[in-house]
Amino acid sequence: MSNIIVFVEHHNGTARAASAQCIGAALATSHDVIAVVSGKGAEEAAATLGKHGATKAVALTGAAQHSPDALARDIAKLVKDNGAKGFMAAATATGKDIAPRVAALLDSTLFSDVTGITAQGDAFTVVRPWLAGKAIATLTSQAPVFCATTRLNVFAASGAEKKCEVIKAAASTDGKAIVTSVAEKAEEKLDVKEAPVVVSGGRGLKGPENFKLIEDLAAAFGAAATGASRAVVDAGWRPHAEQVGQTGKTVSPQLYIAVGISGAIQHLAGMRTSKVIVAINKDAEAPIFKVADYGIVGDAFEVVPALTAAVKAAKKH
Amino acid sequence: MKIVACIKRVPTTEAQAKIAGDGKSLDNAGWQYMASFYDEIAVEQAILTKEKLGGEVTVVTLGPSAASKEVREFLARGADTGVILKDDHPSMRDPRATAKALAAKVKALGAEVVFVGRVATDRDHSAVGAMLATYLGWACVTEAIGLELSAGKGVAKRETEHGVETVEFSLPAVITCNKGLNEPRRASLKGIMAVKSKTIAEEAFENVAAQVTVSKVELPPARKAGRIVGEGAAAVPALIEALRGEARIL
Ligand SMILES: Cc1cc2nc3c(=O)[nH]c(=O)nc-3n(C[C@H](O)[C@H](O)[C@H](O)COP(=O)(O)OP(=O)(O)OC[C@H]3O[C@@H](n4cnc5c(N)ncnc54)[C@H](O)[C@@H]3O)c2cc1C
Ligand SMILES: Nc1ncnc2c1ncn2[C@@H]1O[C@H](COP(=O)(O)O)[C@@H](O)[C@H]1O
Repeated sequence: MSNIIVFVEHHNGTARAASAQCIGAALATSHDVIAVVSGKGAEEAAATLGKHGATKAVALTGAAQHSPDALARDIAKLVKDNGAKGFMAAATATGKDIAPRVAALLDSTLFSDVTGITAQGDAFTVVRPWLAGKAIATLTSQAPVFCATTRLNVFAASGAEKKCEVIKAAASTDGKAIVTSVAEKAEEKLDVKEAPVVVSGGRGLKGPENFKLIEDLAAAFGAAATGASRAVVDAGWRPHAEQVGQTGKTVSPQLYIAVGISGAIQHLAGMRTSKVIVAINKDAEAPIFKVADYGIVGDAFEVVPALTAAVKAAKKH
Repeated sequence: MKIVACIKRVPTTEAQAKIAGDGKSLDNAGWQYMASFYDEIAVEQAILTKEKLGGEVTVVTLGPSAASKEVREFLARGADTGVILKDDHPSMRDPRATAKALAAKVKALGAEVVFVGRVATDRDHSAVGAMLATYLGWACVTEAIGLELSAGKGVAKRETEHGVETVEFSLPAVITCNKGLNEPRRASLKGIMAVKSKTIAEEAFENVAAQVTVSKVELPPARKAGRIVGEGAAAVPALIEALRGEARIL
């Protein structure tokens, strides 16, 4: 069977969920997966990848610091050496940084942030959003190597464990750009793109101090992230990293809760592919209710604390 | 230092999608256009760089003649010259073809630093900047939220899902600009007057064949009709019930 190289991100030796999903997407095209991991803990991570369905895992070791251009060269070389038909990565900040470089080195175009992939033999077809999801395109690849990044929370990780050969290779150290330090954020804080539950607040919250309500509701769910509309990001109430929408992040969580958000077209573009949408807004005519599965018409200051208490109680049993 | 900012003319974010008769493209009737949101940040960074280190800013776009409207706005803000690589269908070009056309122009201009947007908000590739850098053999920092340039090198900050990275790089380089990097200025009256003495050149470019065929374009499936479960805090139990029973979330 021909194979696809998948760049796998990990945290101290544990593969990130987004990368496991990317391997799942590659396997679903009936190709074998050769995983590539780099950085501190690469060997530990490589040793776990059979569990996610890889048949070979290459640990790039020996580089003290991450360089995106050096890593891209190493990956492109692995694609060539293994005669791989495809290269894939998760559409994370790191995946989106590496993938276009690998694609260019292979003189292949890149299909970014795809939400569907099928293959007939080595002929690949993808589904990807245009205009931030206002339209959905089905595209076929004529690239010499099929290169794609996969949207988070869309593809399922594989449950089928494979016997996986682990190989060590020397990472290039001649990068033109080098990541010299990383200020890691508190580990419990999930990003809106990866969290299964996103609770977002808008201008209806009246001021930055009231986002405690949003944080508390997110905390009640456990694995949840807080998001925001552009209006509150522009007002400086919340960081840009939390902005959901056409000029922010596109999210597809299991559950999206919009509190005090009107539902402007640019906001909807970023969250309409969420599995379940809940809206809390005091205006029954707010456009957000048109995409919501469940709505509560009411004052956020009254509804959200009650919901937080009820979610906590529901989680107990 | 020669500085380039790449901009793309895209439909405004209010534009609604309507599928064209061929089922493979979008009907653009009634659309308004703008420079992609992040390109404003790219041009601003180019002008800030000129103000700090000296040099000249060229705005380059692969797009239709009508893009002169967006280019002119950036000339009014402080860019020096504009180049339109004339292409009536820039949205149909794949990121590889766009990056190759831009790389050829950047090389011809002898630029040392190129600023592009994090993503163009029509096709949302988020790919052209890093592909351009790779074709040029240059350093690249994507999604920069902070930048310090000095002679021959630079330091940038970029945010990932897990924290903020500090990236040191050598020039020449391509920087893809994220929100937070700067606050784009408005054109001053003096700037608007100065546009008259600036030039926008229209040029041909070498068009490489696309590696993508569009099979179809559709509207996203409509979400199934939702319902209002109630009003005020009294509706919370009904919501919990729905999340548990129908949605199987809690
Ligand atoms: C180029 C461009 C790009 C954009 N990109 C984005 C983007 O990426 N993301 C994005 O979100 N927006 C984006 N926008 C902005 C967008 O058009 C809206 O302005 C923005 O989404 C509005 O934010 P909001 O819903 O928080 O505020 P508003 O529209 O002011 O809505 C506030 C809502 O809160 C409700 N409310 C008020 N008080 C209460 C209360 N006590 N309890 C409950 N509800 C209450 C109101 O009924 C109202 O519906 C963009 C705009 C442009 C022009
Ligand atoms: N047709 C184009 N002309 C000029 N610059 C472009 C073009 N397409 C993309 N770019 C630049 O590359 C950035 C990222 O675009 P993309 O990879 O298409 O999301 C844009 O913000 C522009 O700065």
